[in-house]
Amino acid sequence: MSARPALLAFMRKEVRHLLRDRQTLAILLLLPIAQLLLFGFAVRTDIHAVRVAVVAPASDAASAALRTRFANSGRFQLLPAVPHADSLESLLRRGQLDVGVVLPPRLADRLTAGEATRVLVVSDAIDPNTGTTMQTYAIAILRDWQDALGAARGAVRIETRLRMRFNPTLESVNLFVPGLIALILTMVTSLMTAISLSREKERGTFEVLLVSPLHPWQIIVGKVLPYLALAMANVVSVLLAAWLVFHVPFQGSVSLLLSASMLFALVGLAFGVLIAAITNSQLAAMLAALGGTMLPNTMLSGLIFPVTSMPLPLQLLTNIVPARWFIEIVRGIMLKGVGLSVLWPQLLILSVMLAVLLTLAIRRTNVRLA
Amino acid sequence: MLRVLRVLLHKEFLQISRDKVIMRMLFVVPMIQLIVLGNTATFEVKTSALWVVDQDRSTVSRGLLDRFTASGRFDIAGYTATMRPGDDALLNGSANAILVIPPAFARDLERDHRSTVQLVLNAENGSQAGVLQAYAAEIIARYSTVLGSVAPQARAAAIAGGSAGMRAAPVIEIATRGRYNPSLEYKRFMIPGILVQLITIVGTLMTALNIVREKEAGTLDQLNVTPIRPSVFLAAKLIPLWVIGLIEFTMGLLVAVLVFDVPVVGSLAVVYAGAALFLVAALGVGLWVSTVSDTQQQALFVTFSILMVYVLMSGLFTPVRAMPSWVQTVAQINPMMHFIALVRAVLLKGAGFADVWRQLVALAVIGITILSLSVGVYRKRAS
Repeated sequence: MSARPALLAFMRKEVRHLLRDRQTLAILLLLPIAQLLLFGFAVRTDIHAVRVAVVAPASDAASAALRTRFANSGRFQLLPAVPHADSLESLLRRGQLDVGVVLPPRLADRLTAGEATRVLVVSDAIDPNTGTTMQTYAIAILRDWQDALGAARGAVRIETRLRMRFNPTLESVNLFVPGLIALILTMVTSLMTAISLSREKERGTFEVLLVSPLHPWQIIVGKVLPYLALAMANVVSVLLAAWLVFHVPFQGSVSLLLSASMLFALVGLAFGVLIAAITNSQLAAMLAALGGTMLPNTMLSGLIFPVTSMPLPLQLLTNIVPARWFIEIVRGIMLKGVGLSVLWPQLLILSVMLAVLLTLAIRRTNVRLA
Repeated sequence: MLRVLRVLLHKEFLQISRDKVIMRMLFVVPMIQLIVLGNTATFEVKTSALWVVDQDRSTVSRGLLDRFTASGRFDIAGYTATMRPGDDALLNGSANAILVIPPAFARDLERDHRSTVQLVLNAENGSQAGVLQAYAAEIIARYSTVLGSVAPQARAAAIAGGSAGMRAAPVIEIATRGRYNPSLEYKRFMIPGILVQLITIVGTLMTALNIVREKEAGTLDQLNVTPIRPSVFLAAKLIPLWVIGLIEFTMGLLVAVLVFDVPVVGSLAVVYAGAALFLVAALGVGLWVSTVSDTQQQALFVTFSILMVYVLMSGLFTPVRAMPSWVQTVAQINPMMHFIALVRAVLLKGAGFADVWRQLVALAVIGITILSLSVGVYRKRAS
């Protein structure tokens, strides 16, 4: 019996296995799209209606002008004026207020007299980023107000012209799609292969396969190839949906993107095979796959949290996380439009990882019966 | 009936405490996760690499550059007179932003009191770009105030960072105060949220896997033919996990306080009231998952999908108020959102019953609804 028809027959059996488990298959095909929609609609960081209250001891023209500026800025939702700074506290604690602007008494008089005045900006900063951002929005309004007051007296003004490169609309979804592809590929390749192989081990059917005329590498190849196909189908469907629904930009080469995805999927598959080789039960394989691939690939890859913000030891650790390099590649291709000339180091690193993982997986896969 | 329940409870506790894999999954893994995630889950923008394209090369332009370095927010990655190297640096990632100072910057400011600099940001990460822009805008605004507030003869000293000198325009000094987290410590904000996420995973996944495992092993059918009533069986399954959830929450809270220095400003009684109600919802979801799954693998995937929605719509990573309003409405039925808001408000802001009663009511309603629906589904499948 020649090797190739046997391999083909084995793969046909594996594909049937995959197709017959309707529920798992449906989840595997639909979950990525659902995740994309969720990321696209729900994951935003920019607050568009910052709730602001102005504390003015006396409502004069100056404070009224400031209130109008806040109301017309489009970023703020102006709450009724608060007479006293003490009442800010309970509003902030209940989460009904984001920023309080406390104006000093006799503001108008001081300004006309040319005296320096002090304005206090209090913000809810339990979320440091959002807190700082809201605070700076408020400061920008105050600065504009100051400029308008000073314009008549010939104050110096440096204007800033902004250019947002690579993601001019600041859409969070543009940032997350590359990471999402990494996440889906990890799930389908590492997690599914590890579970599928360890299930055969648990049920004892792996031993049946070993005594069959199939070569051990054929068993592994036959097991993982259907998942590779499924993974690539997922990549294409997510990219299409991202493009059609969210108009995610596509600056660089599609073929380079698909080749890189294939490379990353192979890394994931090798890892899955390795996990199945070193664990004995489905549950253990599941836990190892979740802890060894899913978790680092989401948390230590820059998918949600920027790598540069992490403490140094963890930053160093990210170097061995495949998704970190893959996400850099995908963002580079999709958002920056760069090609091989810039991305070859990342591709090289992934290839080395693949070689190492494959060697380990082959070494550890036990082809003899215990 | 109570006696049966007691015997079953005893059996469940024994079974869980004897299984090493499960004990590890329950107590060791979440604590490691909490410690690792606590350190990685940060959006903090530390120093950013700034490329300066200075086409003016005057004392005034260098004064602006000094303000950027002195802020501690920016590192100068490069300083050139042309744009090209800056563009390359932005493309290969060695710079996050380019500041372009135009030719005749100093002359224009002197003559027209007005000039325009350009700030080019790598906006791949939109929110990070927003924070950088805000920092830069404040530095530039301050610099122009300094330049404008001094008479021409005192300007040289002001550029060098000296005294403000004479004022020519009204000056508004802005003092800022970030409440509840004055040191802008990201961990304080994230740790309570991650803690909630971990007990959700444990509560929901463990419930689902625990019941499905009996199903897979065929022991569920055996139990169904015994005189034990389904409600007693479920109570025996859920109560241990509810207790374990609370123990785990306590351990996590200890790690949060001892390792990460998370303050406990408010009352722990309120936090535990929330946790007790929240766990009812988490277990209820797990029970529902167990009714729709036949294998542990399926249970894992269904739980995983649900948790994904839960987490992303909970305000854990991104503020709920930044979401479109229809998503905010849908998020109201997410128990995790209410519990995270409660834990953060009580621990960090010192909110009491009067401030968070809305969240407590929401948690109670959601918890009871989910649990009774799941029990209903379970009964139907069992009979």
